[in-house]
Order: sequence, then structure tokens, then C-alpha cells
Amino acid sequence: MVHFSPGDPIRIMLGDDAEPAEVERLTKLYGLDQPAYVQYVRWLGRAVQGDFGTSLRQRQPVTKLITEKMGATVELAVASLLIAVLIGVPLGVISAVRRNTWVDFGSMFVALVGVSAPNFWIGLILLSYVALYVGWIPVFGRAEWSFFEALLAPFRGQGFGPLWDSLRYLLLPSITLATSIMALITRLTRSSMLEVLSKDYVRTAKAKGQTPRLVVYRHALRNALLPVVTVIGVQFGSLLGGAIVVETVFAWPGVGMLIITSIRTRELLVVQAAVLMLAAIFAIVNLLVDFSYSFLNPRIRYA
Amino acid sequence: MRSAPATPANLTLKRIRRNPNVIIGSVVILALVIIAAIAPLITPMDPIKQDIWEKYAAPRGLIVDGQLNGTYVLGADELGRDVLSRLIMGTRVSLLVAFIATSISLVFGVILGALAGYVGGRLDNVIMRVMDVLLAMPGILLAIAIVATFGPNIVNVMMAIAIVRIPAMARVVRSEVLALKEEEFVEAGRALGLSSGRILFRHILVNSWAPALVIAALGMGTAIVAEASLSFLGLGTQPPQISWGRMLSVGRDAIRSAPHVTLYPGIAITITVLGFSLLGDGLRDVFDRRLGDN
Repeated sequence: MVHFSPGDPIRIMLGDDAEPAEVERLTKLYGLDQPAYVQYVRWLGRAVQGDFGTSLRQRQPVTKLITEKMGATVELAVASLLIAVLIGVPLGVISAVRRNTWVDFGSMFVALVGVSAPNFWIGLILLSYVALYVGWIPVFGRAEWSFFEALLAPFRGQGFGPLWDSLRYLLLPSITLATSIMALITRLTRSSMLEVLSKDYVRTAKAKGQTPRLVVYRHALRNALLPVVTVIGVQFGSLLGGAIVVETVFAWPGVGMLIITSIRTRELLVVQAAVLMLAAIFAIVNLLVDFSYSFLNPRIRYA
Repeated sequence: MRSAPATPANLTLKRIRRNPNVIIGSVVILALVIIAAIAPLITPMDPIKQDIWEKYAAPRGLIVDGQLNGTYVLGADELGRDVLSRLIMGTRVSLLVAFIATSISLVFGVILGALAGYVGGRLDNVIMRVMDVLLAMPGILLAIAIVATFGPNIVNVMMAIAIVRIPAMARVVRSEVLALKEEEFVEAGRALGLSSGRILFRHILVNSWAPALVIAALGMGTAIVAEASLSFLGLGTQPPQISWGRMLSVGRDAIRSAPHVTLYPGIAITITVLGFSLLGDGLRDVFDRRLGDN
């Protein structure tokens, strides 16, 4: 596919006033003078071994470029998922338990808007109305440490500074990325809870005199969470996709930013490899979700 | 007054009329379509006229000094162009891109899904495995990859969004066709000696439009957001075309000084997507109940 795209990467790398001989030498060196199918087979052969070639502009192995950024993207996606679950599930439960009250209508309206609004726009709004007025929230970028490193910092005697720093930077991008999946989880938890609350075993639990709190959390929620967990797994993949746009809004240095900047500089080798690696992670996550069904629900067992 | 006979079609219409989601969604979409159709007639100012003195002018609102105001109601952008007028003109591109992309995915999705479901066997396998490959990536990632490869312009954006949406459509149509294939009226058609093509297109597909319609309505919302995302990244519509995504992309440079430039296009996108999701969800409820009655 890359072969058909306009623009000659060698010319872009060397600039418009490059010597024709130099252009030719580099074109040969990178194998760009070969027919498309030869280039493709060569690329494929190396790709399955984890070698995606060398970035022409940055003169670094593409694989290294991407794996460096992948940590930031995964960090953002995991943080968003946590936020979405921690807010979405309780909101859904409250909506279901207080069905048809203003709490229910309010949270359903918020969920509807959350599903409909493009999340990069919510990011822009958070930037312009929150980050600029709250001094300690940075406008863009990422802390020097990854969240995992920051988590270990107190044990290494570096104090809680790094942790606070990394949380500060993570806050707005992860809320932004979380909005649509949070809305989805809220709606799903609500409908799933409503279904479960009308089941016989919930009535039995109530009948034997358990407190409403115990009925809701021990008996109903446990069963209601099954479909929610499924959706969480499936949505994790879409978070990786959404991260591309959100990363651009907050200049979060992840794979998404790398893809967009590489498209601008026409480094399609990097784009191709990054897309492939994100797709691979997406596929692996979906596979794990499929397997997890049987663990979560004893009624389904794969043969 | 005599009431209409209780045919399945009339029952469905009745349910549609009673479903608040369908009603609200349809009203929102109808309003947007009308705005798009008469856009050049209702813009209060010239959407492409620049005025450097009014750069990032703050919104002035509809009423100024007790009189109806038509200038910079929602403020001005980085070149002093009227945000409201651009918003109204942008309705056209955003709806059109989504509509064409969804139509393409509808046509290809229905054909591929129908063939896979009806013919079955090896063809089914080939078609559905290709669909699986397309589904193996997050949609927006696939769209970005397609546009990055073939170049950013409005046609490629529509193609990219359409390709992303085809698998969902094909899957739904396939499962519907698989179920309908075993129905008695299909057997009757075969007994009458009708050709496979005629059975598939004249008898099976006309009975499986409901789920396809639901997917299409929901897909319109997805397409609107996808176009906005691509344009925001600079991979979608290019100037001088006016689209909501582009407006967001430009407004982002001034979120500190002029947040109104990003605020309103986002609200427009949200309302539009909301309209299509309400319609899609509502239609699903209506048709699900119809299926339940049978």
C-alpha cells in the first residue's frame, strides 16, 4: 500500500536540492529501486522477525522507535480504562437502583452526550476551560517518568514527587480518552443491573432479610458485571485507536503522535509498522477477552 | 374515522411514531438536513470573507443593544471569518461525507453479506475472513492508514470511512440472510423455480432491511466523528472546504484566547451524532419488538 502513496521518501529526506547521484545511491541502498512485490516480500520477511527497517529521517530502527512510544500509549489506555470503570460502574449501579429519578435521568443524559461527543473535542474543551485555570494541571506533554517508574520511586527513596508529576500529566488525557467508554459502561451497567434486579435470586436475597446494600452489591452486581467485563475487554482495543487522536491533542508522546508526525513527514515505513503493531496488540487483547469468558462465566466452557 | 388495518407494516409505523428516541432523532436530523440544503440562504455573513480586524472576535450573541444582531453571533475565527456562517456551511460537508460513506458501506456490506450468507461454503469463508482482517484493527487506525497511503482529500476520506464500516454491515446482513434462507417463503420460491439471484435479491433482501437500516443510522454517527477526527488531524477535508473537523483543527491553535472557535463546531458534531444514535437505538427497539412479536 505504501508503494502507491505519493511522495519520494529519499527526496524528502535529502531535501529538494539534493544531488541526483546521492538520491540514486540511497534509493539503491534502501532497496527502493526494486519492483513493489520484491519490496513487499522483503519487508514482510523482516517484519515477522520484528525488524521493520530503519527510519530514513531519524536514522533509527523503526521497531525501537515504536517500542519506545508504545509504553506511553498503553499507559494512557490503561489509565483511561481505570477511570472509565471506576466512574462508569458505580454510576450505572446508582442509575439502576434509583431508576426514573433525577439521578438516573441525569447520568443517562451525561452518558448519551459522552457517547456522542468526539473525545478529542472534549479534550480541547478541558484544555481551554480547566487546564488554563487550574495551575497545577499541565497543558500538554508527559512527565519524565513513566507511571510505572513513578510508582516505584518512593521505594527507591525518590519520594512521591515523580508519582504526583506523572499523575498530573496523565489526568486530562486519560479523562478525555475515557469519556466515550465510560458512557458506554454506565449505560451497559445500568441495563444489566435492571435485568438482574428483577431476577428470582435477588428477590430471594431480599426475602431472607438482607440489607439493600448487600443485595445490590453482593448478589446483583456480581452477576450484572459479566457483560460489562466483556465490553471492557473489547473496548480496550478501541482505546488504542482513540489514543491516536487524543495523543495529538495533548502532545502525549505515544504511538499515535508518532503515526501522525510520520504521516506529515511521509515516513510511511514508520506508519506501516506502527499500525501493524497496534493492530497486533488489538488482536491479542481481543483473543484474551475471548478466553476470559470461560473463566468469568462457568456456564460457558470451551471444548 | 376508520383505523388502518393491523398489517405488520402499519404496526411498525405505529411503534415508530410512539418511540420518543426515533421521533427526537428524526427531528434533529431533519432540521440538520434542511439547514444543509438551504445553507447559503441562511448564513448571516459570508462564510469565507476575511476581516483581519475581527480576528478571534468574541461571540456577540443574537441580541445587541436590544436589536437582532447578525454579525459574529458566535464570534470569529483566526482570519476574522464568521463562526456561525461557517458552522452552517460546514453542515453540508459533514453530512454529505457521512451520507456517501455510509451509502457505500451499505451497498457493499449488503452485497457481500448477502452473498456470504446465501451462497455459503468457500465464498462465505473468503468474504468473512477478509471482513475479520478489517475488523482486526481499531476503525480509526484503519481509516488513518488508508488516508495516509492514498493522500488526504475528501474522496479518500469517504472511501476510508466506508471501508471501515463495511464489515459491521456485512456481518449483520449475513446473519439475517442465514436465518431467512431457511424460511418457508424461500422454499416456496425455489419450488416455483425462481432463480437464486431473484430469491436472494427480491425475496430475502427485502425482508432483511431492518437491521441494515439500524446499522446504517448508527454508522452515520460514527462516520461524522470519523470525518471530524481525520480533518482534525489534517488528513481529512482540505481548505477551502469548510467542515466541522477542520474548524476544530484550526481553532485548537487559539484555545487559550478564543475557546469559542472550538466550542461550537464540537457542539454541532455532538448534536448530530446524538440525533443519529437516538434514531438508530430507537429503530432497533422498534424492530426488535417486531421480531419478538413473531
